[in-house]
Amino acid sequence: MMRRYQEKGDVQKKAYYNDRFWVAPQIPKDPVESDEIFAKDLESLKSKFEIKEAYIQRGQMVVYIDPKDNRDVLKHLKEELAYNFLSELSAIDWLAQKGEFEIFYQMLSTSKRKRMRVKCFIKEKEAIESVCDIYKSADWAEREMYDMFGVIVNNHPYMKRILMPDDWQGHPLRKDYPLHGDEFAQWYEVDKIFGKEYRDIIGPENRDSAYVNERDTKHFARIRHEVRFGEEPSKEPTDLMKEYQEEGGVFLIKKFKKDKSITLKERK
Amino acid sequence: MKTPRREYPNRLEPFFENLVFDRDDNTMVINFGPQHPSAHGQLRLILELDGEQIVKAVPDIGYLHRGMEKMAENMIYNEFLPTTDRMDYIAATSNNYGFALAVEKLLGIEAPRRAQIIRTMLLELNRIISHLFWLATHALDVGAMSIFLYCFREREFAMDLMEDYCGARLTHSAVRIGGVPLDLPDGWIEKLAHYINKLPKDIEDYEGLLDQNRIWKMRLEDVGVIPPEMAETWGCSGPTLRGSGIPWDIRKEEPYELYDELDFDVPVTDSCDSYGRYKLYMQEMRESIKILKQLIPMYKESDPQIMAHAPQYISAPKEDIMTQNYSLMQHFVLVTQGMRPPVGEVYVATESPKGELGFYINSQGGPYPYRLKVRAPSFWHTSILQELLVGHYIADVVTIIGNLNIVFGEIDR
Repeated sequence: MMRRYQEKGDVQKKAYYNDRFWVAPQIPKDPVESDEIFAKDLESLKSKFEIKEAYIQRGQMVVYIDPKDNRDVLKHLKEELAYNFLSELSAIDWLAQKGEFEIFYQMLSTSKRKRMRVKCFIKEKEAIESVCDIYKSADWAEREMYDMFGVIVNNHPYMKRILMPDDWQGHPLRKDYPLHGDEFAQWYEVDKIFGKEYRDIIGPENRDSAYVNERDTKHFARIRHEVRFGEEPSKEPTDLMKEYQEEGGVFLIKKFKKDKSITLKERK
Repeated sequence: MKTPRREYPNRLEPFFENLVFDRDDNTMVINFGPQHPSAHGQLRLILELDGEQIVKAVPDIGYLHRGMEKMAENMIYNEFLPTTDRMDYIAATSNNYGFALAVEKLLGIEAPRRAQIIRTMLLELNRIISHLFWLATHALDVGAMSIFLYCFREREFAMDLMEDYCGARLTHSAVRIGGVPLDLPDGWIEKLAHYINKLPKDIEDYEGLLDQNRIWKMRLEDVGVIPPEMAETWGCSGPTLRGSGIPWDIRKEEPYELYDELDFDVPVTDSCDSYGRYKLYMQEMRESIKILKQLIPMYKESDPQIMAHAPQYISAPKEDIMTQNYSLMQHFVLVTQGMRPPVGEVYVATESPKGELGFYINSQGGPYPYRLKVRAPSFWHTSILQELLVGHYIADVVTIIGNLNIVFGEIDR
């Protein structure tokens, strides 16, 4: 049997069965004219910017714009159209299909009680301008977007990773990033703490929650003195001092006797 | 094109921070957290101090990052629901509900009335649990030990109610997509009525201990002042926003569930400081009690159906599954393959105890969401720290963190 072909650009879980003749239904896209307030907003936007597509889906207007206009559009929305909150901002990975990221800005106007979504597409290596100075809430959201997708944001005051460690490689929410992490992720702690050469000694992380140890890890006398299943745990006393004594380390003292101690003149 | 500066440390040159502070002045950099007991989780703050005054604050998050959005892309919709418990684990049902509502909007279905009543009850009970927990830990941070014990006592009763309903104390998963899994058990309504009759007296007791307490007032008044413009631009929501005088409650403004039928007020204060927000939380608990009181007669009048009838997306009741062949087949497909919502996207915001909890779901018609983004209120409330802490004294840091009611499960997700 041949192994089934899996697309490299999208390694997320796929349905194992698809009906050949099934066509997924669509959530209806209503024309913007069906809502008065949105129609006015769109009119105002259209007079100044190029609007590629606009519709209403589930009560919220969706507007596609040119990525170069993002700052001006958001400024216009804030100052002229009273969308005073930027409640969410993130990206969607379409790299496997179109080689593009879709960026969405989720806006809220408390005075109009309306929510709308501004969207645009950018190419993989393209950068997008920061909207951090218009809405400060974009500060961390843009950092998260960079961290998770590698979308570069220009003119951001502090463009660093936010959720992942600073020295992380790869962007976890991309579709080509596997759920359980790539090689770098799997060896991150070992590489960082001990070094790459310790990979063989330490071995891969055991992710099997049903793993059965060859020794009985529930019935034993002391840690690291486990015995095989069915055997009695060893009762013989162990020389703890000897066990804990590091090679070349400072001698462990069992009982401190002051009169036998020596005080050094200076530090060794 | 300006690319962000990337520095990869190696073992020979270990580095601890990528932060560059100008050190020619007489400031001291201290590290707050990530294991600080008052950090409410794994918050690390890098504070630059001039004497005891904060000149610069850099919050550092990500210590509890579990990649929930990634997990969501690899799970069927029903599978992901218990994962949402682990976001805001203080009030898990509000997360379950936010997610369930978003998927319901995506599918275009609505829960039956009894399910809506039970959900609203659980949501408000969770709000009380969350607010009591907030008061307990906040007071403990500020130095009032006894409040902590009292609040936890009352919270325990509410948790018992949750446990009676769904069997869990923290990770409830008490809501399903399309309704609720179970009807209320016998005697639950009476227990709830008893609890909400008793609670106002307890809230009065807390206020008696705190309202005019000199230490409490000194530590909260004019501390952590968030002017309305600042709250707006930083995307604050919930009590933090209403504490700045902006009357925006999603339950009232964009009513979901039964909130348009219920009579309740939205407490707002324009004092903008921590003390004002404390008063707001106390008032919100009272409003929740008011809502719960209205829900009890509504529950008694409702029909017993608790799951929506949408055979394409939601399994039939157990009785049908056991007796009817087609229901069994449908159930089998829905459990093994998962529901396939229509192609499209939704953003649904609900008022969780912490603020606006939004779920953005992009569906491409498959059983797995193509993209799921969680808009967790605490994330935005933590980002405000970098501006809010500046100018305050080091002793106020725990007051402000505690007062913002942040939970790390939902910040790092």
